[in-house]
Amino acid sequence: MGEKILMKGSEAIAEAAIRAGAMAFYGYPITPQNETPEYFSRRMPELGRTYLQAESEVAAINMVYGAACTGTRVITTSSSPGISLMQEGFSYIANSDVPCVVVNAMRGGPGLGDIAPAQADYFQATKGGGHGDYHSIVLAPHTVQEQCDMMYDAFDLADKYRIMVVVLVDGLLGQMMEPVEFKDWADVKSYKTPDWATVGQGERSNRNIITSLEILPEDLEKMNLKLQEKYRTIEEIEVRFEEYKMDDAEYVITAFGTTARIAKTSVNMARKEGIRVGIIRPITLYPFPYAVIEKRVNQVKFFFDVEMNAGQMLEDVRLGVNGKKPVYFYGRLGGMVPTAEEIYTAFKKQIGG
Amino acid sequence: MEKGVVISGFGGQGVMLAGELLAETGKEEGKFVTFLPSYGPEMRGGTANCHVIISDEEIASPIIDHPEAAIILNLPSLDKYEPLMKEDGLIIINKSIVPKEVKRTDVKILQVKAQEVARDLGNEKTMNLILLAAYVEIEKPVSIEGLKKALRTFLTGRKETLIEVNEKAINKGIEIAREFLGVK
Repeated sequence: MGEKILMKGSEAIAEAAIRAGAMAFYGYPITPQNETPEYFSRRMPELGRTYLQAESEVAAINMVYGAACTGTRVITTSSSPGISLMQEGFSYIANSDVPCVVVNAMRGGPGLGDIAPAQADYFQATKGGGHGDYHSIVLAPHTVQEQCDMMYDAFDLADKYRIMVVVLVDGLLGQMMEPVEFKDWADVKSYKTPDWATVGQGERSNRNIITSLEILPEDLEKMNLKLQEKYRTIEEIEVRFEEYKMDDAEYVITAFGTTARIAKTSVNMARKEGIRVGIIRPITLYPFPYAVIEKRVNQVKFFFDVEMNAGQMLEDVRLGVNGKKPVYFYGRLGGMVPTAEEIYTAFKKQIGG
Repeated sequence: MEKGVVISGFGGQGVMLAGELLAETGKEEGKFVTFLPSYGPEMRGGTANCHVIISDEEIASPIIDHPEAAIILNLPSLDKYEPLMKEDGLIIINKSIVPKEVKRTDVKILQVKAQEVARDLGNEKTMNLILLAAYVEIEKPVSIEGLKKALRTFLTGRKETLIEVNEKAINKGIEIAREFLGVK
């Protein structure tokens, strides 16, 4: 840890990734996160690491795939339409069991949409997105500092499980400035090339082959079962969430990322009026913290889910609640950001205020 | 203590610089700060605003729904923020290009012909700092000394020559604020 630096979220995330050991960046520019690749383009060559602007998102993610196969800490960053273009690569990466980190600064959609902050890629990020039965670990920070700390976790988790880790942010977190304190540099020299990496046979007696292809259904099923086993392990031990003022809460707001941060102000407004409401903020969107929802079901009167989409995490909240309590929803679409007052007003309507 | 201000005007008026400077000062003084900019895709012209919050405690939402203070640099900004102001809030207006009177009677208003004042100091672009310093002197989210110190970290290299005129602008802002507050 060093001194605090006032930094823009979209630049701080790049600096954090670099300190966390990102050795290669491949990407293609897209608003609202162009400051991120721009920052990488300056810093990576300084450190003798790789920065490459690909000719398209499809090329970029396949370069990431290639670098990941060599066991190199690799990252790409993009925004919603660009992320859509990368989905084929994501699916290949999943079934190849290789690690990488992807940052998605979500913007208003569908289609080309706009460049304003949104959270409408929740389904795409948490439920697959590309084809086949796969998951990526999905992290959702809500402050610039948390976003920076999370980049270290993202690379560590990716390596630990040989999996793609998605960091879901939005333009608001990217554009705003906050003081950040970076963790110590990862000791990249201590990283050994993993024994599965395709870097030439060398002294090994066997050839390493990484592929997502398995033409025999019997064998492909085995590959799938192994993937599922990995997901069950992740679901068991990697769930993260924050509970905010939940101890005496009679009501709970569920929200992630920027929306959760805004909702904290709404909760403080409510608390001033004596309404006991708290927040459950999933930090890992996959694996989703169903257990904490189940744990709080009997304590609270209802759940109030707030998102910058038409109700996507809402489905996971409902799965956790399992019909035992009402689950209400408030969302803004197309890049509109709800105000704290707006959330509070919508919430109060449900308690009859 | 938690103090928030909205600074709003055209692109090129120094909206973001003023906000960043305030945020940097707050950070240097060990406070929690957030700086949230919002602007259109244009580089110049267009509308630009930023929300700066300085607090002793962790800041939840970085968005200011109802400003307790606003520094208004152009007419569209007044139209946008006048109705949103908190009761008893403070509006500091660049009267040079905002001739309109404020209709609300439940807010405090400080009107400054900032561009003329800045021109007299020798650099019209320091208008943003005159108004920022006036805000800091009235609301005291950070110290004036801290503001001047932060200014020096912003104006380095080629820009070092601008320190003097910008410090003059800060002093002018303090003077204007003291007059407004009725203190000598």
